Amino acid sequence: MSTLEIKDLFVSIETDQGTKQILKGVSLTINTGETHAIMGPNGSGKSTLASTIAGHPRYTVDSGSITLDGEDVLAMSVDRRARAGLFLAMQYPVEVPGVTMTNFLRTAKTALDGTAPSLRHWTKDVKEAMTQLRIDADFAQRNVNEGFSGGEKKRVEILQLELFKPRFAILDETDSGLDVDALKVVAEGVNREHSKGNMGTMLITHYTRILRYIKPDFVHVFIDGRIAEEGGSELADRLEDEGYDRFAVQDQTTAGA
Amino acid sequence: MAETTQIDTSEKARIGAPADQEKVAIDGFTEEGENLSPFNAGSEQHGLKKHSHGDAPVIPEASRGERLKSYKLADFAPLTGREEDWRFTPLKRLRGLHDQPLTGTGPEVRVSGASNIRVETVDRTDARVGTASIPEDRVAAAAWEAFTEATVVTIPAETEADCEVTIAITGTDETPAAQHLIIHAEKFSKAVVVLDHQGKTTLAQNVEMIIDDGAQLTVVSVQEWDDDAVHASSQQARIGRDARFKHVVVSLGGDLVRLTPSSRFTAPGSEVEMYGLYFADAGQHLEQRLLVDHAVPNCKSRVTYKGALQGQDAHTVWVGDVLIRKEAEGTDTYETNRNLLLTDGTRSDSVPNLEIETGLIEGAGHASATGRFDDEHLFYLMARGIDEKTARRLVVRGFLNEVIQQIKVPVLEERLTEAVERELAAGNL
Repeated sequence: MSTLEIKDLFVSIETDQGTKQILKGVSLTINTGETHAIMGPNGSGKSTLASTIAGHPRYTVDSGSITLDGEDVLAMSVDRRARAGLFLAMQYPVEVPGVTMTNFLRTAKTALDGTAPSLRHWTKDVKEAMTQLRIDADFAQRNVNEGFSGGEKKRVEILQLELFKPRFAILDETDSGLDVDALKVVAEGVNREHSKGNMGTMLITHYTRILRYIKPDFVHVFIDGRIAEEGGSELADRLEDEGYDRFAVQDQTTAGA
Repeated sequence: MAETTQIDTSEKARIGAPADQEKVAIDGFTEEGENLSPFNAGSEQHGLKKHSHGDAPVIPEASRGERLKSYKLADFAPLTGREEDWRFTPLKRLRGLHDQPLTGTGPEVRVSGASNIRVETVDRTDARVGTASIPEDRVAAAAWEAFTEATVVTIPAETEADCEVTIAITGTDETPAAQHLIIHAEKFSKAVVVLDHQGKTTLAQNVEMIIDDGAQLTVVSVQEWDDDAVHASSQQARIGRDARFKHVVVSLGGDLVRLTPSSRFTAPGSEVEMYGLYFADAGQHLEQRLLVDHAVPNCKSRVTYKGALQGQDAHTVWVGDVLIRKEAEGTDTYETNRNLLLTDGTRSDSVPNLEIETGLIEGAGHASATGRFDDEHLFYLMARGIDEKTARRLVVRGFLNEVIQQIKVPVLEERLTEAVERELAAGNL
């Protein structure tokens, strides 16, 4: 079993207006087999947490720690974090011109495993995973994300999740912009991988919709860079009924005090 | 109308360093994470800039078609560097090609490959000399006056060359020299001809390409010179009726390489494809100025040039002139140039010029984009476990491969792919 532990994390970014504090002391522990939903309104810091774990250079960690089975994740380069078993399904996957999906998937798999996958098995695995996610076979010959629709890009992110088999998957609003059918396909993909029992999942979402298909063990509500409330999946149901309004009121009260 | 791209290559943080070491910013990111991909947002891609107006005071010709053409050196004024067609070229590094007599013997020419073609060495009185080309600049005119004999490669009428023809052009000394080559594809013939430039040289060269009616000719000009070579080459094609002409430029080696390929349609129904790949390292100047002259109706042209640059003062120039004359109704043309700046300190000038004298055409367009290696591409690939070096190579290879795969000579494609790999390795990428 593995543990991804985030402790008292403070993260800021540089903006034109100066340094802006985004995360203000976030602590969170995820173990293999667990699914944690991170919910919260826009601007509350959910995606910042995801990008910081993956190592995007825009974000400066001011204090706190992220460790994977005790190893200091913050000291690792972006690629080392991935090789250590962290996977970020991106909110807006970029198009990489000139690099075919086939070439990209194989290069990444080779980098992650340290050896090239056996060609025969690999081709079969890719084909199967693509069929299950209802991705057309001709995508393999297209350049990474080039000309893909929003929904296609998200499915390709989950394709990578299934092929790369990370120890921890961080899904950054993978559900946004998906229609119901695509949402089901994507959720099935995540559940398939999760059910193998070797992965912990951090599911970042603005809406409760995806939680009908992926059952969280824990729900954390982000408000203004902090976890404002934590609970089980029943908390998600409550949010579905009430929205984030009551947190906003609390927030104003605190600010006024 | 002349436009140039000047890219600011200011220092930027690299992805891959521990996040707490330096504060960095990447376009397209908000505090909430990644912003909409600029493609989706409909704005310019990060690092890509449109060509902007250059600052050199240049008086352009009224039309590209009116540029001075002459076989006489004396008709061309001595170069000052302010001429429209020389303004990007560092004249000092031409090593006398523009102002010294071209007295050297020049690189050795050896033709091999196909057995069913004709190879001749002729003197300058041969009737074929001057059928496809007239010099359009001072260096080409100097070469024209100075050459004593020309190599003529002929693909006989209705003959398909039984394999590719290689014209090995191998230099051994640096005395300024002139050279003249003629490639003649007779009616309904078909061939691939490779000009393979290697060694040391200071060379002014004219290559005439005659593509007769119904012929299909591919000419690949590979510049893999030694590091200190200087090469100016005018490669002009005269294209007959219903002919197919493909021209591929690959410039990798040499201190200064300046190619001016042109395709002139002389009868309807023909198609031209012109491709180029160049990879400039520190200090290298690789320039290509091309012309497609649509002088007759119903011809089609496609131009695709791609360049990569790395290292201090690597400089590339691409100027693509497309002229659609009044008579050229039904013309279909598109030209594109893309440059990838891999490091700081590089400069890429890209100037597409489209001159249209008739509205009765199928289509005419151009595109030019010069961008840095995108930090977001790098982050995406690295977030999948791929190290920075491999990620960069993956992108550059993919970028340049589009041109290499046009050559369709497997041995040469393989050699050039390896050459690109060597360039990447040399740049510590």
